[in-house]
Amino acid sequence: MSLLGSGIFKGMAVTLRNFVGSFFYRDRLTTNDYSWRPSDNLPQRAGEYPKEEGEQLRDTTTVTNYSRNFPMLLHDSGEPMDTIRCVACQICERECPPQCIYIEKSTEKKENAGGKPQFYPATFDIDVSVCMSCQICVEVCPFDAIVMNSQFELSTPDRFGGLLLRRDDLLKSNGYYHKIHPEEAAARDKRIAEEKAAKEAKKKAAAEAAKKMAEEKAKADAEANEGTPDMQEDAE
Amino acid sequence: MSELSHEPVLQPFPDAEWDEAAGAIIAPLGQALALAEWLRDDDAFLLDYCSNVTGVDYLEREVKEKVTKEDGAVETVTRTEPSRMDVVYHLYSMQKQTGPLVLKQRTNREKPEVESLTPVWRSCELQEREVFDLFGVNFMGHPDQRRILMWDEFEGHPMRKDYTEPFDYEWEPTPHDEILDKHQRGKVIV
Amino acid sequence: MGPHHPSTHGVFRMDVKLDGETVVDLQPVFGYLHRNHEKLAEDMSYLASMPFTDRLDYFNSMSNNWAYALAAEKLVEIEIPERAEYLRVIMAELTRLVNHVSLVGFFINDLGALGTPLLYAFREREKILDLFEQASGARMMCNYFRFGGLRNDVPEGWLDRAREVVDRFPDFLDEYEKLLCENEIILSRTQGVGCLSRDLAISAGITGPMLRASGVNYDIRKVDKYGIYDRFQFRVPYSDGDVGDCYDRFRVRMLEMRESIGILKQALDGIGDGPVLGDAPKVFKPKPAEVYGRVEAPKGELGFYLIADGTPKPYRYRVRPPSLINLTVLRDMCLGQKVADAVIILGSIDIVLGEVDR
Repeated sequence: MSLLGSGIFKGMAVTLRNFVGSFFYRDRLTTNDYSWRPSDNLPQRAGEYPKEEGEQLRDTTTVTNYSRNFPMLLHDSGEPMDTIRCVACQICERECPPQCIYIEKSTEKKENAGGKPQFYPATFDIDVSVCMSCQICVEVCPFDAIVMNSQFELSTPDRFGGLLLRRDDLLKSNGYYHKIHPEEAAARDKRIAEEKAAKEAKKKAAAEAAKKMAEEKAKADAEANEGTPDMQEDAE
Repeated sequence: MSELSHEPVLQPFPDAEWDEAAGAIIAPLGQALALAEWLRDDDAFLLDYCSNVTGVDYLEREVKEKVTKEDGAVETVTRTEPSRMDVVYHLYSMQKQTGPLVLKQRTNREKPEVESLTPVWRSCELQEREVFDLFGVNFMGHPDQRRILMWDEFEGHPMRKDYTEPFDYEWEPTPHDEILDKHQRGKVIV
Repeated sequence: MGPHHPSTHGVFRMDVKLDGETVVDLQPVFGYLHRNHEKLAEDMSYLASMPFTDRLDYFNSMSNNWAYALAAEKLVEIEIPERAEYLRVIMAELTRLVNHVSLVGFFINDLGALGTPLLYAFREREKILDLFEQASGARMMCNYFRFGGLRNDVPEGWLDRAREVVDRFPDFLDEYEKLLCENEIILSRTQGVGCLSRDLAISAGITGPMLRASGVNYDIRKVDKYGIYDRFQFRVPYSDGDVGDCYDRFRVRMLEMRESIGILKQALDGIGDGPVLGDAPKVFKPKPAEVYGRVEAPKGELGFYLIADGTPKPYRYRVRPPSLINLTVLRDMCLGQKVADAVIILGSIDIVLGEVDR
């Protein structure tokens, strides 16, 4: 007959082992240190957000390369508004489940850095208090213009305007995207390059096929021209 | 969609209809409780587990159907399907581990009333309360019919298709209101 | 016993009528978290409802996603790639581990052991949540499943990390059992408390570990064989007798965790390469049909009843919540017990208010 209470003592031995072990093995530690350096210059209202916040990410132990928080608009290297990828097609606005995106298309096209005229969003607001970071806007965007950021330290004392991120707050460069999500950014760039190469190859093949058809038509016309004078005389 | 054959049901209950499109048995009026007891006790079925009870609201709508006439011509016929409310039961058998049999009770929308199947399957108790709360269907014979998810003094039945929300929000000028307005004006379509 | 609890089950109220310390009557009151998810889904496309299914049973977002994806895939004929099926099973079983281990922690928390087993459980849960974050980007609201597969493939090295977590889990379970299963206080407080007989359990529509603790061998993974569960060898732990008390439920969950580890090892061994998303149509517009798809979520049977009418939005979208239906018998189990036992019985039913109220 075992001692009454022996089960409790066994349990206490486990607890003691965990307690002592937590000083030596990180595994046994149940609480993690949320170590971050609070920055004195937290943004006070929209428009004040730091342009590229690599620093904010590295301070915390809880954010990894894979985590997603609110979205951001991508631009390639150069001036943000010249290399912006978004053409204000408004697909993300339609598909967003909580309807937190508000886009106004520009009324006329503007030339971007590549020389092509494109529409751009005159207004692109995301209401961060509503956005649930579900990533559906990223999935449906046909231009890879919107991707997920990892920035969550967006608290501000301004209740009404401070949680509305405007277009200029959302624009971040592709280089920053590579810094925070290296695998995902590399995969995305690879896919864009492959699609571009495939499109060019198809265009080239179509051009060659058109050229070949034009040559064959010219040859057929030439043959037909040699043969028709007799027929025309007969018809007349 | 039922995976069990419904043929044996038609013998003791010849008034029961079989809805082909939905794959469901429609219980005859007034006999739903007897049918449910029979389904639970009969050896062919032994449906002792009622998995899901839900309500569906159908407003009056026009249905276009392609009808093939005798001479082979295909004509599109428009008919008006009357409004109704359905209460759908999904039944399984734990003893025989067989698939679902769908049972439906149909009623009208003006004064919806059906028989409660709580005496047969206890799991209908809370779910029928929810159908009463959100659709307004009166379950005759339910032991404790009152609102379950909305508060007791609430008026209206939210899941009905013609339910309009009361305009009594505590309004706060958050930027989201802009977006909400745009959505309500029909500019943003999901 | 008001909407606030020390054990964070959610906003759930029980109106209890007492005679001294014995419970004479008990009425559960809920609806504090009612967001009318079913009506919202009638306004949104099928894909846009997927993030909202995460928020139903917020502990097990992967299982909720799978139930919805299963129901919607029955409406349309989509071929799901092999790798996606294996990954789905891996995610679902990891979710089951997360749920059962946290639930045991919360249950012991209800008994009064404030925090110690709970935090040990959370320590293991953190490792699994890290895995979820690496795969889908978010720890809890994963939004990972799509119609026809998964959203994206897991990153490099994820399978090795998952294997590490799974290999170290049995040692943790051994230690956990040593901490809890012979503890006299737990034994005397949970045995004979909250008995649920077999017939009442079947009639009341109880599913999940609660049903199996009452002696019924019914597991949807074995009955419906959805996904590729028929390829894995696993046993279904269920109780032998008819008692079905809190201790039975506790033991069934501990045994189910071991079975889940077995399934995970088999899945991690058998997974192959390939795509993770089948050819889904661009716009998900199924033909008019009705479908009921269900999975064995860690809490019970989670089912989705969808009525499609040819438009991109569902006509009727219904969630069959296991937690709500398991609450049918709360009153029956608590009558005649003491007040303190009422808290334990609620803890052993395993409810999550996101699901009860939707």
